[in-house]
Amino acid sequence: MDRRHFLSGLTTLACSAAAHPLTTTVTFAADDSGQTLGEHRLVVIILRGALDGLDLLRPRFDPDLTRWRPDLAGRGVSLSDGYDLNPNLAALPDLWHRQELAFVQATSTPYRQARSHFVGQDILEAGSGLDVPDLALRDGWLNRFLQAFPGLGSETAYAIGGQMALMQGPAPVRNWSPGLRLDVSASLQRLLDHVAHDDPLFREATTTALTLTKDLGPLRMAEREAGNEVAAAINLADFAAGRLRGASRIAAFSLAGWDTHRGQAAAIRAPMRQLEQMILRLKTGLGAEIWGKTVVMAITEFGRMVQQNGSGGTDHGTGGTALLAGGALRGGKVFGPWPGLSEADLYDRRDLMPTSDVRLWAAWALRGLYGIDRGVIESKVFPGLEMGTDPGLLRG
Amino acid sequence: MFDPTLAAFRFGFGLPLPQEAPQSQAQMLAALDQPDAMAQSFTGPTTAVLAPLRAEAQKAERDTRRTRDSANRAEAKAAAELWRKLSRDLAKSGAQAAKSMLARAVETPDGLRERLVWFWANHFSTTAPDRRTLAVPMTLIDEAIRPHLTAPFAQMLTAATLHPAMLDYLDQSRSIGPHSRRGSRNAKGLNENLARELLELHTMGAGSGYAQTDVQELAELLTGLTTGPGGMEFDPDRAEPGAERVLGRTYGSDAPADLGPIRAFLADIATRPETARFVTGKLAVHFLGPTLGTKAAPDLARVWVATGGNLKAVVTALIQSPHAWTAGAENIRRPAEFLVAACRALGLSGAQVARMGDGPFQRLLLQPMEKMGQPFGGPPGPDGWTEDPAYWITPQGMTTRILWATLVPGRLVQPLPDPATVMARALGPRASAALIWAVPRADSPRQAVGLIFAAPEFNRR
Repeated sequence: MDRRHFLSGLTTLACSAAAHPLTTTVTFAADDSGQTLGEHRLVVIILRGALDGLDLLRPRFDPDLTRWRPDLAGRGVSLSDGYDLNPNLAALPDLWHRQELAFVQATSTPYRQARSHFVGQDILEAGSGLDVPDLALRDGWLNRFLQAFPGLGSETAYAIGGQMALMQGPAPVRNWSPGLRLDVSASLQRLLDHVAHDDPLFREATTTALTLTKDLGPLRMAEREAGNEVAAAINLADFAAGRLRGASRIAAFSLAGWDTHRGQAAAIRAPMRQLEQMILRLKTGLGAEIWGKTVVMAITEFGRMVQQNGSGGTDHGTGGTALLAGGALRGGKVFGPWPGLSEADLYDRRDLMPTSDVRLWAAWALRGLYGIDRGVIESKVFPGLEMGTDPGLLRG
Repeated sequence: MFDPTLAAFRFGFGLPLPQEAPQSQAQMLAALDQPDAMAQSFTGPTTAVLAPLRAEAQKAERDTRRTRDSANRAEAKAAAELWRKLSRDLAKSGAQAAKSMLARAVETPDGLRERLVWFWANHFSTTAPDRRTLAVPMTLIDEAIRPHLTAPFAQMLTAATLHPAMLDYLDQSRSIGPHSRRGSRNAKGLNENLARELLELHTMGAGSGYAQTDVQELAELLTGLTTGPGGMEFDPDRAEPGAERVLGRTYGSDAPADLGPIRAFLADIATRPETARFVTGKLAVHFLGPTLGTKAAPDLARVWVATGGNLKAVVTALIQSPHAWTAGAENIRRPAEFLVAACRALGLSGAQVARMGDGPFQRLLLQPMEKMGQPFGGPPGPDGWTEDPAYWITPQGMTTRILWATLVPGRLVQPLPDPATVMARALGPRASAALIWAVPRADSPRQAVGLIFAAPEFNRR
């Protein structure tokens, strides 16, 4: 199901809007003044639909793997320590060998209740410590992170391809879909400017829209091909890279298509290819220097059942896998303890047992990249999280 | 002083005003006492039809999953076909609901009634559980809100709180009293979601003085409420035994649980001064904007308290407030309002909207509405769509409005009316000098109409 609508979320309640009707206007002017986040970049990709972690990173060292999923445990691309990468990600092992790729296995949000995509994604993006949606927490964890740095320009953070709950909240963020273009003639552009001129809110929104459209250049051929999902992923990554080369430091977007209840081997090909291309395009688009200061985190609402179902697919589970990439990473390894696949090891005797809270890895990435105070993370960004000892995600 | 243009923008869906539109405050208020003509002209979904259909579809889905690997191919095929058919029926009910919602607003001469419906629909927001059940939130609107626009607030609050769409959306149907017969058997527990939102969003407002213990006691009081194939059900086996103490008063007893104590609580909280303040503040800001609304709200709250939350009296106070007739347009037309106002200015009738084929309706109205930030089927959270102008008029939001304004009107109405006519119909005396200057200078009628609908004075109310 797709409840992640194009522009969902909320910014402020009506009552607070009443108090400050026009103060949250997004402006370019604000970007040049005030605080910045430094030079590090963070890209968060929400893999919607529940990625099958055991198919992404196949723990072939575990003898139970082929017993549970005879059709989904074949050879992929060999990494090390008995892990194989999904064969659709054949271009990524190069990053692994450069220590620019890592995984967190058996990780999950605290959500245990009903394995609903919607609730699972809400919890993942809200970053709450509960296994039910915490309705007191109405903003996303990335927004709460931004709130810890008052005075940041709105271009610091971009939700790309539609608003995301992860980014919503009082801290200003930008939203844009690279597929969206305001292709209007120069004369209409002038008239639009003229008509909006005396209303600051409309003037800024219109000017920014026209500027962004100009920045994007002409429509690429690839984008015109209907249904070309990989091209769309590339456009998204290119847009993100372009923003991150400029004033932006944080970008977030979604990649859907992971809900592989049937014929998974075929169904997972397209999203895997998209994920692969997104990561590669981010790397080339950012250039070596910025890539060296970047972490990409691809996280999902929950994992999938250990046993394949009767349709060659997998049903909703619990423990999943996060993918990390970027030159700032101390990669080439798999983080998090392996819980095992014997029936007694499983959660509910069916799902991979989570051995870490996915928020922990995001917390350490934020701390390593931006030096944010641990106390602020544990009280504000991820309330109630205990960060424990530094897992050493980033290069020193 | 009554001003028809101000009335159209502030309390309706914009110009042009039809012949039979109210010509005074008194007529605006009197119209609310008339039968609900729009609900009769453009029917919406009902729980009586939708709830069993959903239950049937869920069963068909389970049967399809159960039989998909079975050796009995005929059985599997029949199950899958039934599921597909019921899914189609559900999808159709969603499209039908959306068409009725927009058609009523496009057609109505009584904009105030429709705008009040939209206000309360947002106040008691629910979200469709998925894309196949987009009609569900509208059942609450038609069954719990429309009939109670001029009733005591307690009636609307009770109808909305007990409505199956609300009970499912805010997880009440999963809440089980820990010491109830089912709770002690299954070690299942309380879900506080509805209790918390009832206090925070529907009545008193956040930070108005209730405590976590009130939330928890209220959650216990609400146990027993659940849903079944017929709609709302009260299941005494889920009800937490004994009395609960909420906001200093005791509800229920050791007698067998029923709806009585819940209704008594809702009647009490509906008339509390905190509820009066919070809800009238929202109402006034919604219709008048933050500056004027904040000034008008205290009077409305006084009327609320004095009349025990009589909504007719409160709306009368709103319409008769001097602030209601002071110039200003701080709020933004939300995407659905924007589309309705544009359809009216283009001369579309409600019947034309209701008759649109599903494909064009999706492409020309419903998908654009979603792209502008307001998907049909509900807001992302129980607090509804924000009033904050900066939420709606972002670069992306503005782009989608401009694109719609320049691309869609010519496909809705052929031939496209003369831009000068559209400007007069859409804006009357509100057209700014800048727009009047720009419209004749556009390269084409299509672009000229685009300018009109993209202009700030069309997008603000």
